[in-house]
Amino acid sequence: MTTTEAPAEVGTIVNDLVLHVATANGSGSQTSNMVLLRSLFQMGIPISGKNLFPSNIQGLPTWFTIRANKDGWTARKQDADIIVCMNPETALEDVAAAKPGAALIYEDSLPLADKRPDCIHYAVPFKKLINECCPDARLRKLVINMLYVGVCAQLFDIDMKEIQKALNTQLAGKQKAIDLNLPALEYGRKWAQDNLTKRDPWRVERMHANDGKIIIEGNAATALGLMFGGVSVVTWYPITPSSSLCEYLEDYLNQYRKTPDGKRTFAVVQAEDEIAAVGMLAGAGWAGARCFTSTSGPGISLMNEIIGLGYFAEIPFVICNVARTGPSTGLPTRTMQGDVLSLLYASHGDTKHIVVIPNSPKEAFEMGGQALDLAEEFQTPVFILSDLDLGMNFWMSPRFDYPTEPFHRGKVLTKEDLDKLGGKWGRYQDVDGDGVPYRTVPGTDHPNAAYFTRGTGHTPQATYSEKPEHWKGNMDRLAKKFATAKTRVPKPEIVNNRHAAGLVFFGTTTEAIREACAELDAKHGLKLDLCRLRAFPFTQEVEDFLHSHERVYVVELNRDGQMRMALNAELPHFAGKLRSVLHYDGMPLDAATVVEQVVALEKNK
Amino acid sequence: MAGTAEAPSTNRVGLQKKDYAGSKSTLCIGCGHDLITARVIDACFDLSIKPEGLIKISGIGCSSKTPAYFVSRSFAFNSVHGRMPSVATGASLANRTLKIVGVSGDGDTANIGLGQFMHLMRRNLDMTYIVENNGVYGLTKGQFSATADKGSKLKHGAVNAQTPIDLCALAVELGCGFVARLFAGNTMMMRQVMQAALAYKGTALLDIISPCVTFNNHEGSTKSFPYMKTNEMALQDIGFVPAYDPQYEDMKPGEERVVQLGDGSKISIKALDQSHDPTNRGAAVKLLSEYRESGKIPTGIIYLNEGAPRFAETLGMVDKPLSSLTAAELRPPKSALDEIMNSLA
Repeated sequence: MTTTEAPAEVGTIVNDLVLHVATANGSGSQTSNMVLLRSLFQMGIPISGKNLFPSNIQGLPTWFTIRANKDGWTARKQDADIIVCMNPETALEDVAAAKPGAALIYEDSLPLADKRPDCIHYAVPFKKLINECCPDARLRKLVINMLYVGVCAQLFDIDMKEIQKALNTQLAGKQKAIDLNLPALEYGRKWAQDNLTKRDPWRVERMHANDGKIIIEGNAATALGLMFGGVSVVTWYPITPSSSLCEYLEDYLNQYRKTPDGKRTFAVVQAEDEIAAVGMLAGAGWAGARCFTSTSGPGISLMNEIIGLGYFAEIPFVICNVARTGPSTGLPTRTMQGDVLSLLYASHGDTKHIVVIPNSPKEAFEMGGQALDLAEEFQTPVFILSDLDLGMNFWMSPRFDYPTEPFHRGKVLTKEDLDKLGGKWGRYQDVDGDGVPYRTVPGTDHPNAAYFTRGTGHTPQATYSEKPEHWKGNMDRLAKKFATAKTRVPKPEIVNNRHAAGLVFFGTTTEAIREACAELDAKHGLKLDLCRLRAFPFTQEVEDFLHSHERVYVVELNRDGQMRMALNAELPHFAGKLRSVLHYDGMPLDAATVVEQVVALEKNK
Repeated sequence: MAGTAEAPSTNRVGLQKKDYAGSKSTLCIGCGHDLITARVIDACFDLSIKPEGLIKISGIGCSSKTPAYFVSRSFAFNSVHGRMPSVATGASLANRTLKIVGVSGDGDTANIGLGQFMHLMRRNLDMTYIVENNGVYGLTKGQFSATADKGSKLKHGAVNAQTPIDLCALAVELGCGFVARLFAGNTMMMRQVMQAALAYKGTALLDIISPCVTFNNHEGSTKSFPYMKTNEMALQDIGFVPAYDPQYEDMKPGEERVVQLGDGSKISIKALDQSHDPTNRGAAVKLLSEYRESGKIPTGIIYLNEGAPRFAETLGMVDKPLSSLTAAELRPPKSALDEIMNSLA
């Protein structure tokens, strides 16, 4: 392999590195990796942490990638600067994939010394060191990963005080574990100090970019949004990568939503499958609870029938799809934006759904509450479209703001309302001309409160009907309701400087696109306007954006350009302007992929 | 009590029988399901259930249409095929004070909905689960369901070769505390047991053989009116006595068993020719197993055991409906978010 760039001098690349750690699943490396991530964060350097793990519990290879970047670029990058090879199974492959000039840290007994002479080698006798510093043989397997943290601290100038603080945070309350890990950390660092000569260019130093920031996974953020949004019924069926969402939610609810006498102001039920999970929501939303489930693509497929019931019988509930790679079982531990169409138009017959699309933990928090509001305001299922990258990876985020908006519970008639109306009302009547009817909630103590809910044809009075005019009238009202929702869903985030080309994207591709745009501008002289979709239905602003650009690139993580298809379907007038920029290998998007495709497309414009 | 012609009797919540009426049934004339509907109306009236506090949930099928035919003043939800249990569960989570009548059929429960049925039985949700069991699909014109007996015949002669699913046996096995098998043609027993089921705290399963007069009432059917009239074997003479009844205090176990239910009412169970002890789970399992292939259909209370924690209790929920909680109860204070944010910084 050759490189045209001269190798950078020792220690000259400051606060700009990608550190890739290869370990075996279930070896306890998560603690070590989180300590590294946290200490860099505490040093004030913008970071991200992405976990690439197998669909397996113990033994298979897993990788953790930390990117630290002074300019705030935290998207995935294809090439790592530093590779820590702790897994003998993958060491040869890991080293073969390294970019020229990368720093390789590995167990010295691995046959790697003569591989990749174009890289910088740091062979470390990890096994010998762990025997020396950890007297209890049974614990060595768990502690060995702390050695590389110490080695990295020494090589790249990570502040040992911050590492200790990070260890304390990570193992909060487990003093025995701290006492076990700390000596190994220091032992690794000391060995590196005494035995390694630094030859690579990367180092870090303190900066102050992270004041007021937190580190959080998207699933935890969504969970918090739901709790502060007043969720009261949560049902779920375990499925990667969504399981941790409801687990976080249950933990938070147990901590913050009990009455003084210890009773719960919520119910969390692990259902027998996704059909039951969403069936429970149909019952709970109908009976007046703010309710939620989380799942992933296969779960959405199973839920389809009841999603259609929710749409047609007009029942509020919220489903978060933490998307993974499909079709079929696919790659359960990889990411994708592959469920766009299966959410937007879920279920048989004419259906369309409100979908909100967060791109960060902060938005996941905000949209958690918003989704509950939208569901009740529009009496319909609402989806949160997240993905594995947002849900399960570690993101730096501004602190979340306490919500001050009151809950929007929608058009609910109480006993007093019914008294005033003399008991005369119709469940599916469009009284206000916005397509949104009024509803009552079971248990309302009025003889005219009850109505008959059904997934079959019905009149505005909720009685059974097969008459064409009733069917069409109801479907048209539902379309009107959906049009009203256009004015209430989150608007897109737009940067419009009247350039000829625009870029439409959504969700977790944001960071890679920010970085790509900077590079397209700096290196290729290409300037693009940006439209980040945040919801379906598409609002007027989306239409205006498409209208005001000659050509629009739609970036998404799937093979078929699903969001482009939806834009084509909903805004057909602009179909000729849209071109796809696609990435669908299961990995999060990186800037280089966007740059490469956009440059090629611009050449052929 | 016999009312006079000019003054129809009212119950303890001041309602007359007509206040519990539903829309006119659209089922076939003579359908067993209509007999069950009538008993549900009787029981709701007799127990003075407030219609506003009752909800009716069903799946899909002839049986699942019946919530339209009783207590129109109650909320109803005719959901999707086989999923009544989950919808009922959700409604109960939102409002644990609602009285729930779930209506399903043999196809809706034993075929497409078997999974949800079994998981509901494990949870002890507070509800009465009625299976209107006729062994065939009615709305799709007479195919076998999973409760059809081995060897029973369809109208056009096809013979069922598969083992039937015994819903009562499954319910007992899975911990359901009130399991009864009834015959829609046995009005006396249905009337008493229906009240007991509604008075019971926890899941009460009523597996009611309810003949389909159009598709399964012929020679060779084991779920027809003629077959059941010949082969029903009533296990007990059952009497339901609410707590306010003058007889209540006098009820003492003698030759009959007296069981107090969760709402305070009592039932007397006098064993007939079989000395079945319905409070003994082992005896219930044995009874169902013994008669499985006998051609005889024991009816009555198969198993009764009150006292297992109900689902809302297991979940540790507040007493009032979650649907009634205020914003202040649902949104933790700002200090909670601050604490969480600090822990993540």
